[in-house]
Amino acid sequence: MSELFDCRQAFAQALEELASADPRIVVVTNDSIGSSNITNFRKRFPERFVNVGIAEQNLIGVSAGLANGGKTPFVCGAACFLTGRSLEQVKVDLGYGRANVKLCGMSSGMAYGALGPTHHSIEDLAWTRVIPNLAIVVPADPEETRQAVHAIARTDGPVFLRVSRMPVPAVHPAGYQFQIGRAAVLREGTDVTLIANGTMVSRALAAAGMLGEEGIQARVLNLSTLKPLDREAVISAAGETGAIVTVEEHSIHGGLGSAVAEAVVSAAPAPMRILGVPGVFAPTGPTPWLFEHFGLTAQGIRDAARELVYGRVRDEAQTRTGD
Amino acid sequence: MHDDLVKQANLIRRRSLAMVHRARLGHPGGDLSSADILSVLYFGVLRIDPKDPSAPDRDRFIMSKGHCSGALYAALAAAGFFPLEDLDTYMQPLSALNGHPDRNKVPGVEACTGPLGHGLPIGAGAALAAKMDGAAWRTYVLVGDGELQEGSNWEAAMMAAHYGLDNLTVIVDRNRFQQGDATETAMRLEPLADKWRAFGWTVAEVDGHDHEALWSLLQGLPLQPGKPNCLIAHTHKGKGVSFMEDRVEWHHRVPSGEELDRALEELEAHGQ
Repeated sequence: MSELFDCRQAFAQALEELASADPRIVVVTNDSIGSSNITNFRKRFPERFVNVGIAEQNLIGVSAGLANGGKTPFVCGAACFLTGRSLEQVKVDLGYGRANVKLCGMSSGMAYGALGPTHHSIEDLAWTRVIPNLAIVVPADPEETRQAVHAIARTDGPVFLRVSRMPVPAVHPAGYQFQIGRAAVLREGTDVTLIANGTMVSRALAAAGMLGEEGIQARVLNLSTLKPLDREAVISAAGETGAIVTVEEHSIHGGLGSAVAEAVVSAAPAPMRILGVPGVFAPTGPTPWLFEHFGLTAQGIRDAARELVYGRVRDEAQTRTGD
Repeated sequence: MHDDLVKQANLIRRRSLAMVHRARLGHPGGDLSSADILSVLYFGVLRIDPKDPSAPDRDRFIMSKGHCSGALYAALAAAGFFPLEDLDTYMQPLSALNGHPDRNKVPGVEACTGPLGHGLPIGAGAALAAKMDGAAWRTYVLVGDGELQEGSNWEAAMMAAHYGLDNLTVIVDRNRFQQGDATETAMRLEPLADKWRAFGWTVAEVDGHDHEALWSLLQGLPLQPGKPNCLIAHTHKGKGVSFMEDRVEWHHRVPSGEELDRALEELEAHGQ
């Protein structure tokens, strides 16, 4: 098994690199200091560290105000509260106001495991995806997280960066260059495309390996920028491989699967399977168990892909018989 | 100067009423209650340059009660941020002058407001940015009184005091009415000054239609070093038009042509 990393460490390190180089960088938090891994940032840059207390509406408003005053705020807090508790501020102060604020949602998805659905953030992509002007980035491993932090700082305007606390392996080859709005093909394939982001990318790669052993060539796309969507990569995948499985640590409604389906249905209709949490509040259980429970595993992804591919083979056979 | 403040307030009232009438939409009661405060700010206090509306060291004014955009736009146009003729486009298709102000479309607007309880957190953030930079510019936020029922204001109030933001001033347009009822009937705000004091602010109460009193308080900021400033400006909803004053329905009632004529007649008689 390859080495696993907590992306929050890469996040914090990149943030400190940025702050050293750019005096406009400030961190704003709703007291999520340890859980955002920003203890060291506070030590190094105390004058650029703002704790607003446990008050998420104010957290976002203050950040918009800091941006108005010329700062580049990185707002750090648990993704569930950062988005849900302050959604109108995210919509109006950041999206509509086009404030240069970087929302950094920590411990996203079901990272809080048995703490339960109050602390899960499996709605955040749906909520944020409908807000104009707000970019959404979901990095898959430490290197992509590090590059994404630098990239969003260079981008003028609001961004939601979704960071997990689930340990993940490195999934990108050496020399990988993250670019906002650009999906990365991590494995070439012609029979089906597996599209994932965040914690699910390594699982999609593992599934592609298993499918390869069965003679099914699966393309793997890391769609780390959910918005703006890399339509070209998605539509090519649909056209060239004819079937798509999406997988996300999020509700199946409104997130990655929905974004891909919206693009595919209008430009290159192809059968799809959308894997995620099927519109329910999760039962009690630790995160790895929840992933198993919802089939968010290499096996689960493989099975969905297999079903699509064999279903297509069956359909094609029937069509030929019909001739 | 005070004659000018009176005259500008009168113009804000006349123009905003005409705008609401033409748009068949708006919030005349609050436009009229806040007109004097806006006049004192834009023509006596704010260090802003309409030719350079995003100068980094400008004072920030945030109209948290964004539904009173009619009065805000009338003040901004009179201050030179955009042509007075643009006021005629208020809420017309594709106009920059939306019913609630958009900072990306209207020069001089610092924040997108409309949903209540957004302005003070943004103002607190701006004031904090100035403190971090040791900059002299100040931040002013005009809030409605009913708006203070939104909890986000008190989150910001706590935080502004914690960070000693004496460069932040909130002005409460205390006209005692909100959309549906008197504030004290809908959801009691009193003792309002005590609430702000308990949150660590210095409070001054003032007649919100007395230009001289408002101006001299705003010249003497901070009221107390190290503490954010709260001015409770006692006003009348619909101020300046006899049949609108202190009547809750004028929160968002649109004057008919005949009502507008009568209102303008009264205002012209009182104006200069």
